[in-house]
Amino acid sequence: MSPRLGTTGLVYVALLAILAAGAALAAARGQELFTTANTVDLLTRSSLLGFVAIGQTLVILCRSLDLSVGYVMALCSVVGATAMAGQTSRIWLGVAAVIVVAGLIGLANGLIVTRLGVNAFITTLGMGLIIKGYLDTRFKGPAGEVPAEFQLFGYTRVGVVPLSFAVMAAVAVLAVVFLRRTRTGVHMYAVGGDAEVARMSGVRADRPLLAAHVLCSVTAGLAGLLIASRFGTGSTLVYSSGYELESIAAVVLGGTYLLGGRGGVGGTVAGVLILATLDTVFNVLGVDPFFKDVLRGTIVIAAVALYARRQVDRAATPPRFAAPSRIPLLRGGRP
Amino acid sequence: MNGGPKAPLLRMSGVGKSFLGVPVLHGVDLQVRAGEVHALVGENGAGKSTLMKILAGVHRADAGTVELDGERVDFAHPVGAREAGVATVFQEFNLLPERTVAENVFLGREPRGRGLRAGVDARAMAAETGRLLEDLGLTAISPHAPVRSLSVAEQQIVEVVKAMSQSARIVSMDEPTAALAGAEVELLYRLVRRLRERGVAVLYVSHRLKEIFDLSDRITVLKDGAKVATADTADTTGADLIRMMVGRPVSAVFPEKIAGTEAGGVRLEVSGGGNERLDGIDLQVRSGEIVGLAGLQGSGRTEIAHALFGIDRFTRGELRIDGERAVLRSPRRAVRSGVALVSEDRKTQGLALHRSVLDNGRLVLDAVAPRRSRARSGRLPGIFSSLELVARSPSQEVRFLSGGNQQKVVLAKWLATDPSVVVLDEPTRGIDVGAKHAVYTLVRRLAADGAAIVLISSELPEVLGLADRVLVLRDGRIAGELPGGVSEEAVMEMAVGGAP
Repeated sequence: MSPRLGTTGLVYVALLAILAAGAALAAARGQELFTTANTVDLLTRSSLLGFVAIGQTLVILCRSLDLSVGYVMALCSVVGATAMAGQTSRIWLGVAAVIVVAGLIGLANGLIVTRLGVNAFITTLGMGLIIKGYLDTRFKGPAGEVPAEFQLFGYTRVGVVPLSFAVMAAVAVLAVVFLRRTRTGVHMYAVGGDAEVARMSGVRADRPLLAAHVLCSVTAGLAGLLIASRFGTGSTLVYSSGYELESIAAVVLGGTYLLGGRGGVGGTVAGVLILATLDTVFNVLGVDPFFKDVLRGTIVIAAVALYARRQVDRAATPPRFAAPSRIPLLRGGRP
Repeated sequence: MNGGPKAPLLRMSGVGKSFLGVPVLHGVDLQVRAGEVHALVGENGAGKSTLMKILAGVHRADAGTVELDGERVDFAHPVGAREAGVATVFQEFNLLPERTVAENVFLGREPRGRGLRAGVDARAMAAETGRLLEDLGLTAISPHAPVRSLSVAEQQIVEVVKAMSQSARIVSMDEPTAALAGAEVELLYRLVRRLRERGVAVLYVSHRLKEIFDLSDRITVLKDGAKVATADTADTTGADLIRMMVGRPVSAVFPEKIAGTEAGGVRLEVSGGGNERLDGIDLQVRSGEIVGLAGLQGSGRTEIAHALFGIDRFTRGELRIDGERAVLRSPRRAVRSGVALVSEDRKTQGLALHRSVLDNGRLVLDAVAPRRSRARSGRLPGIFSSLELVARSPSQEVRFLSGGNQQKVVLAKWLATDPSVVVLDEPTRGIDVGAKHAVYTLVRRLAADGAAIVLISSELPEVLGLADRVLVLRDGRIAGELPGGVSEEAVMEMAVGGAP
């Protein structure tokens, strides 16, 4: 058996191909894709979506879904900025507040899904609406203030690598280790693959699901902090940016099976980078913004169709007889 | 052995269980000794599965006691049973196809390393799994292989390895051979015997009498939720067993051909049919004729069923139904051409489990002839009762029916369409003797009504007992034709390609 490229590998190959194609297209127009500005822009974009998509990966691996992440981001940017109130000494308070608030929202999502048996789609949609209602009534505009030191989180960079991207990458590594080396992480695959099988094997099936929802909300909270850091204030309107669907697109693009049990964070990061690269390439090429969405939609669907096809190929048994056009030869019968 | 009579390892006494007020088990006693293979037989609905599930900690008994090695146990959860050394291999696999063999074996109790290897220790899992596989003499399976890449028999082995890794003292198996054929069954036999040698008590549920006599030391028969008897296998005959299970004489197992059934004109004809998996298939089935397809697992039996039903069509050769050339591009075309397929997996391919008995009965009619559906489905209640379908009402969801009754719903669905060609793929898999008999009777009646019938089964006696002719497949080709009623040995010899 020859070693075959796994889905994650394939996603990274696709990422490289898209980078190369983008650079070639830009060069054909006499432009450069990898200018410092473009690269920083690409990586910053990736870090924001990356946080959300890492959490979303965990939830999707468990065969669940979180549609509240965009609202959690918005809420957490406000919570963080308000708690910090412009003072350097309160930075950690703000971060802690965000983690607690996000964690509690995730816990609520998880408990509603596991204990009350409400479908995750509905649970998190409802949770998102509740948060949106709260934000819309309480905040008419930006709220709170982030101290200058905390803005460094959004604007510092080492070479072309923004600090936020490095933090996102570190969170991604942690998530990979978590999925491979902790029982809860390993059991996420089990619960997503078949909750009943997991239960019958002695896995407390609720726990991984709860953990995934909590962690997903927390990573969305981290994205909210990044927003606050970049805007200098809490921004309620982030929820209209469609991060919940974009994060799901990134996860799926990264080769994680939407019905759970297969995939991983490595692929998701590549999925995020692919989406960010497309954005950057389209910007450089000056593609019409609406047409951009058409292209992105097409690419996501095509990618998933490709994975589905590979899955079918893998499941199929090799043909016993030659293609119809050829005269079939007897398969080595007994002498 | 130390001479004295062995105390039972497992003693269940007076076990009772009701679901929603309906008693399923009452006063069942069962004693299983270490190092014995104890067969548990009975019709579906007799309570075997419930008894197994009580032992496995899936259900809790309402009455009675369970003792393990003299100590009373009461499992509230499968984990409790497992920790006490009771392992259960269910009919539906409890494996994750996307995960590796090792990950499946250790699911729920992954070993954790220390220091640099802190966290779930994948290497230790693989090593231990490899050791267990070797112990059972099964080195062909790699601990790193994803379970989906394994055959059904190998997956079963993984289940047993999973049990052994928990130092199971009792392994209970629910119809382990239901999906196996030929060499795979042999593999399972070896495994069961190995377990017995190592002093493990094996509780073996099966519908196949041959296996019960091949493997078991003692047999306990259940009927209608109560124990009929426990007997030493050596002192029991198949006829005894069937009588205890159903109270029906053996001769009734395969009903005689209905008087007046005559082979008429050719209804189904395939000449030179082939595709990626099949080649040179020549097949003629006359009206009123039952043609059996025999062969080992993977010999092309199911592939023929699929080609006849438009799932994977023939890319070569010609197919005629009632003399007319038909190109079956899809199951829909096939149904409209008069072909019916009772598929081998009723739960995923035959039934909408969450819909009612009546809805399932109307499924095909609604799909291909919605306008005539209302008129024709008026006949469904009659069809249901002629099949002796037992359901609380036509609006009961089919998932609550026993396997045999589910299969009757599948049959009813096709009967309602008046098919001219009926392909039955493993029509009696996992159903009890009584329901099998109903299926056999129905096949005879369909033939008498003039349908052309293709019968596929890995239970050879079934094919030989019903079919007028048997085509034996090997490696996707027809190896030869034998008249109905030849010996099993003759068919097997042809199927494995023995010396000419």
